Amino acid sequence: MKTKVRADAREALAGMRDGMRLMAGGFGLSGNAEHCIEEIARRGLKDLTIISNNCGNQGQGLAVLLKQRQIRKVICSFIGGNPDLAEQYAAGTVEVELNPQGTLAERIRAGGAGIGGFYTPTGVGTVVAEGKEVRELDGKPYLLERPLRADYAIVRAAVGDPDGNLRFYRTARSFNPVVATAAEVTVAEVDRLVGRGELDPDDIHLPGIFVHHIFEARTHKNPIEFRTTRKRP
Amino acid sequence: MSWSKDDMVRRAAAELEDGQVVNLGIGMPTEVANHLPAGVNVTLHSENGLLGMGPFPYDDEVDPQVINAGKQTVTVLPGGSVFDSALSFAMIRGGHVDMAVLGGLEVACNGDLANWTVPGKMTTGMGGAMDLAAGARRLVVLQTHVAKDGKSKLVPSLGLPATALRCVHRVITELGVFDPAGDHFVCVEKAPGVGEEEIRKGTAAPVVFR
Repeated sequence: MKTKVRADAREALAGMRDGMRLMAGGFGLSGNAEHCIEEIARRGLKDLTIISNNCGNQGQGLAVLLKQRQIRKVICSFIGGNPDLAEQYAAGTVEVELNPQGTLAERIRAGGAGIGGFYTPTGVGTVVAEGKEVRELDGKPYLLERPLRADYAIVRAAVGDPDGNLRFYRTARSFNPVVATAAEVTVAEVDRLVGRGELDPDDIHLPGIFVHHIFEARTHKNPIEFRTTRKRP
Repeated sequence: MSWSKDDMVRRAAAELEDGQVVNLGIGMPTEVANHLPAGVNVTLHSENGLLGMGPFPYDDEVDPQVINAGKQTVTVLPGGSVFDSALSFAMIRGGHVDMAVLGGLEVACNGDLANWTVPGKMTTGMGGAMDLAAGARRLVVLQTHVAKDGKSKLVPSLGLPATALRCVHRVITELGVFDPAGDHFVCVEKAPGVGEEEIRKGTAAPVVFR
């Protein structure tokens, strides 16, 4: 059987090209596939469409690709805290498609699950509904939303095995499991790569069927956006 | 004497019932967690994928991979759980979250809410606001009664872009507590020392006092 294990991000992302659609897991700067983002920045891939909740923040994460003008379009839910995206959106150099966060997650889920569309109450009567079918079901209006797919997905997990099975950690999970399901090629960057059989089947959050390339990256920056603490009594 | 911000937060906290699952929006609504009445225990939901959210960590407990929807470092309480974004919003959309407390820019007397963007200003995006407004079983909005430019934020119909329609159950402002009731608001409580005239003056929609 061909192995899914790669040496590093460079090898795992060798097939990525200009103009591709890229899904990235994480929420803000948490749960980001940092080494994958660095590699895409290093290669200077251009005209990318990014599907991500935030597209980086505070000049970090995917915002590095914005700074380097590698991104043509962003499909996201939130721009706050991301001055690079705000500036390029205002200047018209990057196209932005805003989605309600739950609709974004469900569109990606639908893309990975072979669902042709779904009716959701979110967004009815708002700008999100413009140009979309509204249908009354059981006396309540719903909006038709279509699935999202990508050429590549980059995800970050805490533990992975050679079969691509993944286990996530705390709120770094967020968008990672869903984006992994919705791309032609999914690359998993794991903090720790363990041997086959070391992950208990019951403890696997994402089955390896969705993962095509996996590599271990032991060090991450894990930036904190807002360090909030309380005093010990 | 109208209510202070602390008073408003405390009044919003009084809306929560023991055992509820509650999502608190960014800003003033977040503080509701610090003012729960004695004997009221709720489970906090954070839409980035956390149920059973605890307080901010002690300095030596900070974990960059445990954050809330405002990207602040938080903790997970015993009994808490983590999950992905699609499941998190299934909880919201599916009516499993009993209450959301959100900030507001405008509430119309039919319950329409605007709280995500102002035309002409750079938008932050809606994040999870539209899902929470449309999906939470009960929605309480915590906002000032009158904007800085003197315009009422309790209106006959929205002037700002909507977040969701007919979703607001209760609005708490510095002047009192108001329930949207179709073509008017019902004032269910006045802040101490606030009179009917002051409320009528600050409310662009009709108000009925109870």
